[in-house]
Amino acid sequence: MMRRAVKAQARTELLLALRRGENVLVMLVIPVGVLVFFSKVDEVPTSFDNPIEFLVPGVLALAVMASAMVSLGISTGFERRYGVLKRLGSTPLARSGLLAAKTATVLVLVSLQIVVITLTGIALGWEADGGVFAAVALLLLGTVAFAGVGMLMAGTLRAEANLALANGLFLVLLFLGGMAYPLDDLPGPIEAFAKLLPAAALSETVRAALTDKTFPVDALVVLVAWAIAAPLAAARFFRWEE
Amino acid sequence: MTNPSAIAVSGLEKHYGATRAVDGVSFDVAPGEVFGLLGPNGAGKTTTVEILEGYRRPDAGTVRVLDCDPQRDASLRSRMGVMLQEGGLYPALRARELLRLFAAYYEDPEDADTLLDTVGLTDAAGTPVRRLSGGQAQRLSLACAIVGRPDVVFLDEPTAGMDPQARTATWGLVRDLAARGATVLLTTHAMDEAEHLCDRVAIMAGGRLAALGTPAELTQSATASDVWFAAVPGLDTDALAHALSLDGTCVVEERPGEYLIRAPATAGIVADLTAFLRDRDVMVSSLRAGRQSLEAVFLQITAESQP
Repeated sequence: MMRRAVKAQARTELLLALRRGENVLVMLVIPVGVLVFFSKVDEVPTSFDNPIEFLVPGVLALAVMASAMVSLGISTGFERRYGVLKRLGSTPLARSGLLAAKTATVLVLVSLQIVVITLTGIALGWEADGGVFAAVALLLLGTVAFAGVGMLMAGTLRAEANLALANGLFLVLLFLGGMAYPLDDLPGPIEAFAKLLPAAALSETVRAALTDKTFPVDALVVLVAWAIAAPLAAARFFRWEE
Repeated sequence: MTNPSAIAVSGLEKHYGATRAVDGVSFDVAPGEVFGLLGPNGAGKTTTVEILEGYRRPDAGTVRVLDCDPQRDASLRSRMGVMLQEGGLYPALRARELLRLFAAYYEDPEDADTLLDTVGLTDAAGTPVRRLSGGQAQRLSLACAIVGRPDVVFLDEPTAGMDPQARTATWGLVRDLAARGATVLLTTHAMDEAEHLCDRVAIMAGGRLAALGTPAELTQSATASDVWFAAVPGLDTDALAHALSLDGTCVVEERPGEYLIRAPATAGIVADLTAFLRDRDVMVSSLRAGRQSLEAVFLQITAESQP
């Protein structure tokens, strides 16, 4: 595997991700829209002095979910459908190089999202209370977990089913992820269920890292578990040909 | 010990459940040879090729490509070019972007723009793959297969969906590949392709090799004693039979302008035939005496192999 090949592949993956309009919508427009909208409507009764303090960490988690699970998963599913994954398997890039390029691409996209959301947050009056490095580390952990979920679906489902499920899951996890409004607004049993999902685990831990709230160890355990289990399951069940 | 063959297949078997997709196939391909795998759908051609490409693991038997095991030796991928039967191209990439991407996978690739021109896609360089015609996509797929200057090339139905000009151009490309020493293994349904392009042809049927040889060897069958010719349509077959001193049923117009004379292919028959045509001022556009067409051989062999 040559570095030049992986670099060219990553550049292409990035180009394709930014060329698809619906992808930019889900990766950037929706998270920024959620941030701006919910910071303005003041509909979110939270224990935070300023709703933006609640929203920025949640929207960062939403953004990670969008690029690592939705964008990566849907594009990989269609590459599988069109035989692209199969074809690349017989080039010197090979599967290992393809995975390296996809990892690099997701990391670049997540970085871009973090920059745009942070700048939007600052424009809306957000101030980071420290813990930035911890927050970035948690977002990386979340990227691993959601990429695992996205690749698991992409490598096992038909491309159309994968498309529908990834988008549906994005919506469900947006509501159950403690991103735009607090988890404890949910009915008890749903809240308990939501706490087992990676979305809430990510937004809760990032929020705790960026504020002076008590760090939720149980949420971190859930996040780490997803970050280990999902990629392992993807590696185990991924089929390169549809 | 090194294997002098570019491709060596021995006792190859591949089963899918109870189906024996490939059932004991052996053949060798010499370096620089253009080798054709012919056979009806489901004969096991693609399965065989995909085992050679490293996509599938054989259930029994061995395959060697450039003296490598396609399953194990990753180094083979930099010396191998692959054209899948369908797909394999990013639909959202433009033709030039895609070929440049593939060029970047290899150490010493051909210039992407030059190759794009060679396969006649310069005008479509900025067109997204999804908007290319079937034949254009095939040519792009072919370009991706050879951009890395491979030593061995696998082409699964390379000219399917191509118009006659593109087909001719593709044949030229394949000959150029072979001329610079590359080994080419292709599958095809097109008998003229096998006849004109391949040094040797293997006919597969029901997962087995039914015949193997040069196109000339395969068509030079002992039972093939007929005379076949092509000229203008609508010749008087009764008059021709009379001129050849044959029964009227021995001369038939198989297709408009294509005639079969069921009689031993002697020099006398051919002389009488050309005299008959001269008297009518008719030109022969094609004549085959004592040989079957590869198509006839193919149909005969594959029919015999049916269970």
